[in-house]
Amino acid sequence: MAALNNKYGWAWFHRFASPPYLYRVAGLLVPWFAWPAAALIAVGLYGGLWSSPPDYQQGDGFRIIYIHVPSAYLSMMGYAILAVASAVGLVWRMKLAHAVAAAAAPLGASFTFLALVTGALWGKPMWGTFWVWDARLTSELILLFLYFGFIALRRAYEDPRSGDRAAAVLALVGVVNLPIIHYSVVWWNSLHQGATVFVGQGSDIAPGMLWPLLCMIFGFTLLFAACLARSVQAEVLERERGAAWAAEVA
Amino acid sequence: MSRALSALLVRDLKLAYRRRGEVLTPAMFFILVTILFPLGLSPQPELLRSIAPGVLWTAALLAGLIGQESLLKGDFEDGSLEQLALAPLPLELTALARVATHWLTTGLPLVILAPLLGLMLDYPVQAMGTLVLSLLLGTSILSLLGAVGAALTVGLRQSGMLLPILVLPLAVPVLIFGAQAAAQAAHGEDPAGALYLLAALLALGLTLIPFAIAAAVRVSLES
Repeated sequence: MAALNNKYGWAWFHRFASPPYLYRVAGLLVPWFAWPAAALIAVGLYGGLWSSPPDYQQGDGFRIIYIHVPSAYLSMMGYAILAVASAVGLVWRMKLAHAVAAAAAPLGASFTFLALVTGALWGKPMWGTFWVWDARLTSELILLFLYFGFIALRRAYEDPRSGDRAAAVLALVGVVNLPIIHYSVVWWNSLHQGATVFVGQGSDIAPGMLWPLLCMIFGFTLLFAACLARSVQAEVLERERGAAWAAEVA
Repeated sequence: MSRALSALLVRDLKLAYRRRGEVLTPAMFFILVTILFPLGLSPQPELLRSIAPGVLWTAALLAGLIGQESLLKGDFEDGSLEQLALAPLPLELTALARVATHWLTTGLPLVILAPLLGLMLDYPVQAMGTLVLSLLLGTSILSLLGAVGAALTVGLRQSGMLLPILVLPLAVPVLIFGAQAAAQAAHGEDPAGALYLLAALLALGLTLIPFAIAAAVRVSLES
């Protein structure tokens, strides 16, 4: 088996099934994610809040996109990670993949929440109301509840292994449904009112606004990765709390 | 295989017949929720006419959810679910048969009641066919989706509270397209697009969801 694994180059992957190894690798990765994240976010915030000019229509209000866009993108990325980890856990019965999924869920939910809050705060001066039934906002809200469902289902099981697998099934059903939900909401919305708000924005963003946004997107991604690695560590420790190595490192 | 399936169907229908009161609960819930809207908003015919598709669809969605908890509970508690999972019949097919009987006993009554409630909400009579068709397609998808939720929560104590949280977000597209078809028909527009989308969702659900139900049942049985 080992030879077979080496032949196809999968040994590196199988090593992640070992809790101490995953714990160590995740711990090593944290600073490599966290410091560039801090640097990129600092540069991005400087660029976004000071050096880039106010928008000619939205004034300074547009600056919230430097938080909003990365959060919104990571809310979906988080669900993708959740779904892939769940699939790996279900198909290859890799228990630690469930630990990654369990760590990704609250993170993804937090970024979804952040995207919703920043969207609402932006909406107040721009649309005159905190909430409009915009297709993106609505599908983001439903995404938040998909996260909540995943977390609630996992916690509801007394046996954590069953909870992991049940939540993984739910995550996979959710990921198939997610594009359907998104497009249904888009079509539902277009029935009521045209996509007037977002037309023409984003695609022709000025370069002075673009580079801080890109900095923020990469910075947030690395921040997400750092948080994910750290919570994977916590999750692994919690699962292995009876093991000798866990008592040593903790 | 077909004999085993029909035996299963007959058994489930018989069981449902013997617990008629339980079967009628979603239907009564459907009527009561629908009645709440005119009472809570206002009985003006114009208002009722404009909200009728959405109200009927939302009420049907909630009523369908009421019945979902019992979908596998009995079989789980008396151990027959375990036997069904061990049987040579593929669990996916068994699950589909179970969903079919569940739909016949809880979904179909809602579809039959809907025109009556539609009349009370001043929903146009000539659009009633579309309403029924949309509910016919939609409640079947809801039964399938609910079965996933029921299978995931069947071994849990607080399954009744958890189930809506799991199923309702997934049911959003069904609600949207269903209510859209009903509303378009009421306005005299062509509801074909929304109905086709519902039918597509049903086809997708029929092919994929049984696998999710079977996987969920296996997880629940192992816990």
